[in-house]
Amino acid sequence: MSLDPRVNRLKLGDPNAVIKVEEGENWNVYEVFHQEKRGAHHEHVGCVHAPDPQLALIFAKEQFARRKKCVNLWVVKSADILAFDVEDEDMFANNLEKTYRDASGFKVMEKINKFKQSSKGTTDVK
Amino acid sequence: MYGGGYIFEEPNNRQVREEMLHDEPEKLAAFEERIARGEKIEPGDWMPAEYRRQLIRLIEQHAHSEIIGALPEGTWITRAPGFKRKLALIAKVQDEIGHGQLLYNAAETLGKTREAMINDLLSGKSKYSNVFNYPAKTWADVTVIGFLIDAAAIVNQVANSKGSYGPYCRALERICYEESFHLKQGHDAFIELATGTPAQKEMLQDALNRWWKPIMHFFGPPDKASLHSEKLMQWKVKMASNDDMRNQFLDMYVPKIWELGLTLPDPLLRKNPETGRWEYSDPDWDEFFRVINGGGPCNEERLQVRKWAEEHGRWVRKALMKPAEKHSLPVA
Repeated sequence: MSLDPRVNRLKLGDPNAVIKVEEGENWNVYEVFHQEKRGAHHEHVGCVHAPDPQLALIFAKEQFARRKKCVNLWVVKSADILAFDVEDEDMFANNLEKTYRDASGFKVMEKINKFKQSSKGTTDVK
Repeated sequence: MYGGGYIFEEPNNRQVREEMLHDEPEKLAAFEERIARGEKIEPGDWMPAEYRRQLIRLIEQHAHSEIIGALPEGTWITRAPGFKRKLALIAKVQDEIGHGQLLYNAAETLGKTREAMINDLLSGKSKYSNVFNYPAKTWADVTVIGFLIDAAAIVNQVANSKGSYGPYCRALERICYEESFHLKQGHDAFIELATGTPAQKEMLQDALNRWWKPIMHFFGPPDKASLHSEKLMQWKVKMASNDDMRNQFLDMYVPKIWELGLTLPDPLLRKNPETGRWEYSDPDWDEFFRVINGGGPCNEERLQVRKWAEEHGRWVRKALMKPAEKHSLPVA
């Protein structure tokens, strides 16, 4: 007898019975992206198991939006995510010489000051 | 909750497999350096087979503990005293099931399917935290679980959230955030009984007396009995020793119990002012192992309820199955 009357009402089966879940019975995996407020990016927060995208959205709402603020969710099947191989991480290594694509690589004030000094007296506005 | 502070051994495979520590020495060295630098390991990264095996075991047991742990508390939803307590308990139980889902996903990224994990739980091959093999007899038991078992789990989970495996850390961050409410509502309900009528106090003291042993068991056997923590700690799979976590828990929570005029059923329990460590009687480790191996008061009922759910939900899952679809694992 269980302490829980509801458990007693279930009429639990044989404790030695073998229950086996089939592969695929827990459906497929969907990645979930969460948008915290309007105007923000959707951010990856985890995944859910679901039989189709519509149900994945419903499960994602229960799992990832039941507490914190959320205005929208995206789901996409995990298998449909295309990603670089992590082994190729070195391709993102920064070439240290990238001043040509950086604001700090362009010294306009130096040139302006030099120009102002060289032409002093002729263009100086007082 | 409910990360059992203790990772159970697989019965037939009690130790780190030495030979696995020596495969691909160059990759292993790079892997260990990366962990030493504090970098996270992600699902597609090379990892030693033993690291993968130990992590699957740890995360899977943690997931099972969340799911099974919701059963003794779920029992009390219909009988929770008052509307607010009932709402809080429903929310907490829902959170625990959600935590189970997050953790199963993290374990799946390592290559073991959800179905395989559930099958191992149902067959008794996979373990879950021992505390859930004890009954919640009264409402006071629910407050002890909500306060002290959750507190113990938080000690463990905060430590693990600084571990080396990215998906597990991310799941734990979300879990720890939600746990703070569980602990607070548990503490609140605990205080209400402790400061209530004589009958309430007596009921709470009785629950505390019964739960103290399982709580002392929560973090697992003493360090001197632990055979292979060293490698797991170097790999940041295990983040703190059983005794250290137990000591931290006692340090934080024994004063909170004593300050309410309650007692703990261990005459030797005290903090040694010289060592700063807590001393206590032997909490009967034989019982601990007996309960792991199926001999606890509720082992059978917990698994039977879980099997019942699996059996009775099957027609829904099957009706929605898409056998032709290519199955995928979570990417992160």
